[in-house]
Amino acid sequence: MTDDVAVPQPAQESPDAAHAPEPTPPPVRRIDGWSVLHGAGEVLITLGCILLLFAVYELVWTNVTADRHESGVRHDLVQSFDDPSSAPSTNPGASPGTTSPPPRSTTPQPGDAFAVMYIPALGAHWAKAVVEGVDLSDLKGTIGHYPRTALPGQIGNFAVAGHRATNGQPLADVPDIVEGSLVYVRTGTAWYTYRVTRHQIVAPNAVEVLLPVPGKPGARPTQAVITITTCNPRWASFERWIVSGVLIDTRAETEGPPSGLDVRG
Amino acid sequence: MYEALWRHLPGPWPVRVLSCLVLLVAVVAVLFLVVFPWAEPRLPFTDVTVTHSSPSPS
Repeated sequence: MTDDVAVPQPAQESPDAAHAPEPTPPPVRRIDGWSVLHGAGEVLITLGCILLLFAVYELVWTNVTADRHESGVRHDLVQSFDDPSSAPSTNPGASPGTTSPPPRSTTPQPGDAFAVMYIPALGAHWAKAVVEGVDLSDLKGTIGHYPRTALPGQIGNFAVAGHRATNGQPLADVPDIVEGSLVYVRTGTAWYTYRVTRHQIVAPNAVEVLLPVPGKPGARPTQAVITITTCNPRWASFERWIVSGVLIDTRAETEGPPSGLDVRG
Repeated sequence: MYEALWRHLPGPWPVRVLSCLVLLVAVVAVLFLVVFPWAEPRLPFTDVTVTHSSPSPS
């Protein structure tokens, strides 16, 4: 039955074809439309693949490269702490006769690693280099120090930032840092121990947490505190997770690491 | 697009497959080493600092 119905259609077209040699353009146009659709499909699939690759880049590649970068920086820094004479060009202007390195009280140059941070609450061997600056380039697996905030151990607010997702994600497990957790900072001249007092979740523009006395503009600082900022929620970053702590102990570099801190690895 | 690429690649099919692989690796390398590092700071996934809403000197 269907064959019988289909037959008249070519029969109707054939008279048209007999009148003029025009029936050829319509099929060509139909193929054009098809190839445009085909091309658009290919472009969309390609864009999808690029987005997938970007996810791989963010979730795998940035972690691999950032971890490698951070451990290299930290290795060099710890070596210069352990053997100050081998410090790689910390003071290029110093005369060769200078035996002791200059005290670390001066502000580090942007991008320079100047301390190592240990947070046992994030893992027994959790150690990260602290770098001056909080730009993306300063946070390659490292912890970044907010410029113009206090240095480790100084009266005021030692404010730092670190990634919670991607780029080495040093603070991936930041919720594990709870009240009473200890944060150790080694500067090459001293070991500082901060005890965490609280955490809070704030808006991304809550810059008052960086003040010398957090949350109190104009107040004169009387104690040394630490502020760690990272993103919240972990994968969205429309808020900030803030960890606050106070300095509870200072010991000279020569006294060795604080008891209870495992500095291997 | 890919059909045209395949048609324009020279040589027998094993050579074309090899050329395709080389092109693919080159494209992925450009993405990972140039395009993605450029795009990353422009996307809102990796903000961990508190700043003034307008770009501040810090």
